[in-house]
Amino acid sequence: MDAMTDRLSARLWPEGLTRVPYWVYAEQDVLAAEQKRVFEGPVWNFLCLDVELPNIGDYRTTFVGSMPVVVARAEDGAVCAFENRCAHRGALICLDDGGSGKDFQCVYHSWRYDLRGNLRSIAFRHGVNGQGGMPADFDMAQHGPRKLRVTTYCGLVFGTLSEQTPDFENWLGGDVAGRVRRVLGNRRLEIIGRFTQALPNNWKLYLENVRDTYHASLLHLFLTTFRITRLSQGGGVMVSESGAHHASTTLVPMQGTDTSYTSQQLRSDNEEFRLADPSILRMHDEFHDNIQLQILSIFPAFVLQQVQNAVAVRQIVPRGVDQTDLNWIYLGFTDDTPELRMHRLKQCNLVGPAGYVSMEDGAVGGFVQRGIAAAADELSVVEMGGAGAETQATRATEASVRGFWKAYRAHMGL
Amino acid sequence: MNDAETLFRLAALNTEYASCIDADRLEEWPGLFLEDGRYRITTADNYRRGYAAGIIYADSRAMLSDRVASLREANIYERQSYRHIVGMPALRGGDAAGIAAETPFLVVRTMRDGRMDLFATGVYLDRAQDDADGRLRFAERIVVCDSSRFDTLVAIPL
Repeated sequence: MDAMTDRLSARLWPEGLTRVPYWVYAEQDVLAAEQKRVFEGPVWNFLCLDVELPNIGDYRTTFVGSMPVVVARAEDGAVCAFENRCAHRGALICLDDGGSGKDFQCVYHSWRYDLRGNLRSIAFRHGVNGQGGMPADFDMAQHGPRKLRVTTYCGLVFGTLSEQTPDFENWLGGDVAGRVRRVLGNRRLEIIGRFTQALPNNWKLYLENVRDTYHASLLHLFLTTFRITRLSQGGGVMVSESGAHHASTTLVPMQGTDTSYTSQQLRSDNEEFRLADPSILRMHDEFHDNIQLQILSIFPAFVLQQVQNAVAVRQIVPRGVDQTDLNWIYLGFTDDTPELRMHRLKQCNLVGPAGYVSMEDGAVGGFVQRGIAAAADELSVVEMGGAGAETQATRATEASVRGFWKAYRAHMGL
Repeated sequence: MNDAETLFRLAALNTEYASCIDADRLEEWPGLFLEDGRYRITTADNYRRGYAAGIIYADSRAMLSDRVASLREANIYERQSYRHIVGMPALRGGDAAGIAAETPFLVVRTMRDGRMDLFATGVYLDRAQDDADGRLRFAERIVVCDSSRFDTLVAIPL
């Protein structure tokens, strides 16, 4: 850890939250430090959905940063999680995305684990014909994959490797927790689709994009033209006190012509463009408020999205310095009417790898990654809406991007 | 209509479909669907599990036209093109609602800098029937991709 600290601290990062050095997206040792200090640090990482494990013995494989993890429902109904790594030689214990069983057995040498990840038996432990085998004093209780503490909130399963991580709701903060409950509270989730988008960029570029309320109506012409969101619509951004979590909202648009885009001659203003089939924009009043769009992130790498009736969670998994997997789970609820379900299916056209909106978010991080190829010592500018990371009643701000860096630097010791 | 004739007509429809996309005649692509034609891109895993959502989900020809208009006018993506290689359709029966067929496909993507990738493989699960003018058109095309993983973005339809 000392060598790691030396290398990191030798790099330049100006005081304050308005500048971000590009080396943070491009260096292997930064990624290694993030694994230890962020993902395995005092944070709650999204693991899976509670509904993915309906019965005892059901399991899913997932990731905490680069760490492969198994999540399973144990005999007492509790959700448990442990590193997907055999205590013997380090092979994956579970090879599939999910399934069901009574226990887990590593394929390499048949070491067997219970649903909580405790080592239960070792093949040929006592040898064969009185020869070989493990030492008599080998203690299985002292050997096993690392275990995570698990908590479930509104059907979302989170895990942490740190003893220091506070209680989930305290850690999230009451305001952002309320925004999670607004979308998921008191309803039973149903998965309606699952897709992975492979992003050609560092994981943090995607998280910044998610928290960047400034770009949405500038990059995404589709949104702007159809008035799904314009910065001049009401809304704002909520940032938790630590900066770590955020929720941005866009309110249902006001009637009348909006001139704030034409006056700036922005590419994203085009009154000519109209949909031949506007059924994808028809919103069912599901939440009984005037919030049309809510994007919420939980540090470090989880997003809950409500774009009209398109509800989804996104898990961000680093695959290398400049490769990231974005795992989408599209959601409905078990009490959806057929009409509401159809709204969701149609509005999913806005999101995901082919989404009218999200496709650009899939590409823009790569544009940055390529743009900064020779700029490790240069700085990006994050100054819209000032220098702070506090809640603001506008989306023409980068407050929640600064919030991300505030939390990130605190975790990384940078 | 015998099977040989059906196969020939389906193959011709598939050829025209691939050509519309690969030759950047996207405006003609929606015309290969009936007015209430359905189009969806999903994955083998989602299809097997009965998950209804797609990364593209359309239940009208007009929605496909909107997709093309958005690609032309709104969406930002780097210049790229596809090459579809479409196999022989396997007939899967049919009824008053039309012919059912399953056709394997492979799409290679070429980016503006010349990079080429095997972008997608899978099967088209189709229902096709004649329109009022006697032209064979898709009543439904479900694009079932073998992989659940999509590189960067899917702008141009598969």
